[in-house]
This record gives sequence, structure tokens and C-alpha cells, in this order.
Amino acid sequence: MTATVTSEIVAARRPLVRRRSAIPGFAVTMGVTLTILSLIVLIPLAAVALKASEQTFPEFLHAAFNERALTAYRLSFGAALIAAVINGVFGVLTAWALVRYQFPFKSLVNGIIDLPFALPTAVAGIALATLYAPNGWIGALFAPAGIKIAYTPLGVVIALTFIGLPFVVRTLEPVMRDLASDVEEAAASLGASRFDTILRVILPALGPAWLTGIALAFARAVGEYGSVIFIAGNMPYKSEIAPLLITIELEQYDYAGAATIAVVMLAVSFLMLFVINAIQAWARRLGQ
Amino acid sequence: MSRLRHPTEDPVWAKAIILGLVGLFLVGVLILPMVTVFFEALRKGLPAALESIQNEDARAAIKLTLITAAITVPFNVVFGLCASWAIAKYEFPLKPFLITLIDLPFSVSPVVAGLIYVLVFGAQGWFGPWLLDHDIKIIFAIPGIVLATIFVTFPFVARELIPLMQEQGVDEEEAAVSMGASGLRTFWSVTAPNVRWGLLYGVLLCNARAMGEFGAVSVVSGHIRGLTNTMPLHVEILYNEYDFVGAFAVAGLLCFLAIVTLVLKALLELVQPQSRPGRH
Repeated sequence: MTATVTSEIVAARRPLVRRRSAIPGFAVTMGVTLTILSLIVLIPLAAVALKASEQTFPEFLHAAFNERALTAYRLSFGAALIAAVINGVFGVLTAWALVRYQFPFKSLVNGIIDLPFALPTAVAGIALATLYAPNGWIGALFAPAGIKIAYTPLGVVIALTFIGLPFVVRTLEPVMRDLASDVEEAAASLGASRFDTILRVILPALGPAWLTGIALAFARAVGEYGSVIFIAGNMPYKSEIAPLLITIELEQYDYAGAATIAVVMLAVSFLMLFVINAIQAWARRLGQ
Repeated sequence: MSRLRHPTEDPVWAKAIILGLVGLFLVGVLILPMVTVFFEALRKGLPAALESIQNEDARAAIKLTLITAAITVPFNVVFGLCASWAIAKYEFPLKPFLITLIDLPFSVSPVVAGLIYVLVFGAQGWFGPWLLDHDIKIIFAIPGIVLATIFVTFPFVARELIPLMQEQGVDEEEAAVSMGASGLRTFWSVTAPNVRWGLLYGVLLCNARAMGEFGAVSVVSGHIRGLTNTMPLHVEILYNEYDFVGAFAVAGLLCFLAIVTLVLKALLELVQPQSRPGRH
């Protein structure tokens, strides 16, 4: 009894470390964590912002939003968005097949979904470029129709689809597995067609996870470099992605210019983090 | 046999269409690229492919990749253990914010990850003049490659361990400490056995990314053949020189590494189902 009262008083006072833990090691582990985090991540990231702020404001605006940079953002963000939507569509089908259907080589298919996490991006890049080139196995199918895939923005979309593929599948799978089939049965017994059940019962329940997966795929694709540069063609104003522009400016020793584009990309990354967190908070509220 | 299907089951035609679409998609985006790697590597026969991964430059690249991983992985294990211990075993304000900061490198483009170290340690960077005076090379040298690799793999071990340790709570550790065990002893005999599979899972993913990182390393490496080329950078150089057999042979080696990683990952998920699959 006394203990509860004391702990309530302690809680009311809200000290920095609420309950003095009996376990030793907080100071050491927290110290190491914060030191390494600062040295490896936070201070170097601050260097980008500082470098970009060495310019005057009009210089910054020019470096960030000149015509070449704008076309690069348009390609990076546009292709990443299209790839994320493609992954949204095929990801939901793949996850559905993995959770609900039985088919041959299922565990092999399940394992290979994570390939984009394990395969080095440069390997994916040269393989996709070869496969989708006009004389490649898949590129040759489209070449007679006059459709070029590799070395065009279409190739960028293919590479970004590869890189984002596991995100939608893996965020949807656990939610689909938890989906109570009794709700579906109820819908069916009340006379809903299978189509209606999917549209009105299943898809709304999957919504937040689906959006999270698409947002994660988009966030990963925006900054992707290795798998894209081999298939992109890298023509200025045409098929040049934003990360490539950073490396080009670095090679020309234009450090402020490179840092400026990096700042724009970081801003978008942080915005995406915020959006993803917001979607997940929304999903939690829905789930309660 | 009854032709009636259960109300929660999709009609056969829908199954066929969905499986067909999924199959086409996975073949086009995942399977054929992998087949391409091995097909192109063996285009001129096995001896040519083997020569390409055994010559001097390739060996130097393989060695540098192994060195990088051998430094990066233990570093991230130490960090991950410290961070997850501090976060999971104690209560303190701004905890979610700290976790977000640890996850931050996953949201940063690899090229930006390389750039930040150029801005800090490069000739024009903060410490550039000082490093030059003391004849220490970080950028365009191995330390830069290791730093950039640590940055991109930074969250792997920590984000695997944090939820695992949080789930396990502090009861067992408190019991051990109250019986007189020291902090380290408690960690080794109580916490470590509980998190070992999660730790291995994180190490596996961290290692795959460390060996395969391209963008960040490409910015800080300077591409000096035989000196600062990792395997993925070596693949790029050979490919750009139109030595496709060489490029795909080295790529095949990396592809093999990816397959081994996936197999081990599947095995670990069998041992410890709560290791959430699909975290990059």
C-alpha cells in the first residue's frame, strides 16, 4: 500500500528517470549510444545543412531549383511514386496469394520476395539494364512495338519497382493474416457477393498497412542510386535522377551545390518519415 | 466432389488470374534478373568467369569488401547492444525521438550518406586541412569506405534488438541483479541468451548490406583500382569497360551471397518466428 502511494507521488513529480532502475549500466550504455549516434549520424548530417547555408539565399535557391535540378527531382519523385503505386497493386496481390492460396514452390516464392533487401543494388542495376535493354530477353519483346525501357525514364521505374517490392508485401502480410475470416463469413451470409466483401470489408481493413507499405517503398525509391544509374541512361534534363546530380556536382568540386540538393532530398525524406508515422498513428487509432 | 466453395474463398478463376499476375510480375522483376546474372557470367564458359573473380583486382576488391564488413558488423553490434539496453531496460523522456534518430540513416539516400563524410573529412571539409597536415587519408581511402558503410547499416542491429528486449521486460534482469549478479554478468547470462537469434538476424542483414553497399561507398571511394574498390564498385568498373563476363562473374558472387543470406534468414525465422520478416 505504502509502495503504491510512494510511486504515485514519484510519478506525480515526474523526475527525469521515472523509476530508479535496479539494473546497472544506464549511464554507460546511454553514453555510448548518444556519442556514437552524434559522431556517425547527427554531426555529419549537420555538415550538409551548414555547407548549404554558406551560400547566399538567392544562390541557394538557384542551386536547389534550377532547371536541371527540377527535372531531376521530377524524375526521382515521379518515378518513385509510379513504382510505389505499381508495388501497391502487385504487392497486395502477392501478399494475398501468399496468405490465402496454396500453390507450388510457395516457400521459395516467399523467400525470394526479400531478394531486393539482400541483393547489392549494383548487381540488380546491371542485371535489370541487360534484361530490359532493346536486345535483352524482356526488352526485345517490347522493342518491335517501338517501346524502349532501359535507358529511358521507364527503366528508372522498373529499377525502383524492384527496390521497393518487399515493403508492401511485408507490411500487408501480418495484417492479412490477422484479418478475422468471421467478418468475411458474416458479410457473405448476409448476402454480400465476394466482390462486395473484398471491396467493403477486406480492403478498408487493409488500408492503413497498405498506405504504409506504399509510403515506405516510395521513401526508399526516392534516394535510390545503385540499381538506377545503370538502367537510367543518365542524360541531363532527361533521365538523370537527383542522387546522380549530387555525384556529378561533387565530381566538379561544387560542394555547396551538392549539399543544396542533398538538403532538398533530406527535407523530403524527413517529410516522408513524418507521413509514415502519421499513417501508423492513424492505423493504431483505427485498430482500437 | 462438392462444387460449392467456402464463402471466404475466392472463385477459381480469380485465383488463377491473381496467381498469373503475381507470377508474371515476380518473374519479370525478381527471377529473370537473377537468371540474367548467372547466364551472362557463364556466357563464355566457366573458366572465363572463374578467371574474372580470381585476378588481382577482383581479389583486392573481395578483400576490401571483407575488411569493411569485418569492421562494420562488430561496430554496429556494439552500438546495437548499447542502444537497445539503454532504450529497453530504462524509462526516460523523448525515447521515441531517440529511436527515430537511430532509424534515420534508412531514410537518407546512400549518396547523401557518402556526401556528408566528404563534407566533414574531404580536402575542402571541416577537418580536411588538419588531416592533410597530419597525412591522414579518410576520403578516397579505406576509413571513408568503412564510415560510409557504418552509416548506411547503422540501424540494422539496434532496430532488431530494441523491440525484442522491450518485449522481454526487466523482470529477469532485476532478479539476477537482486541476487548479486553484476551488470555484465546479468547481460551475458540472462539477456544475451534471450536475444541471440534476434541479434543474429540483425547481423545477417547488416552484413548483407555492408558487403553490397554501392551508392555511399562510391562517393567516398575515389575508385582506385586494387586499392579502394569494393566488390560492387569493381562490378561497376568492369561493366562500364564492357567487360560483361567479368562484371557479371563478380555480380554472381554477390548474388550467391544474397541467396545464402536469404536462406539463413528463412532458417532464423523458423527458429524465432517473432523476428519480423521484411525489415530491410
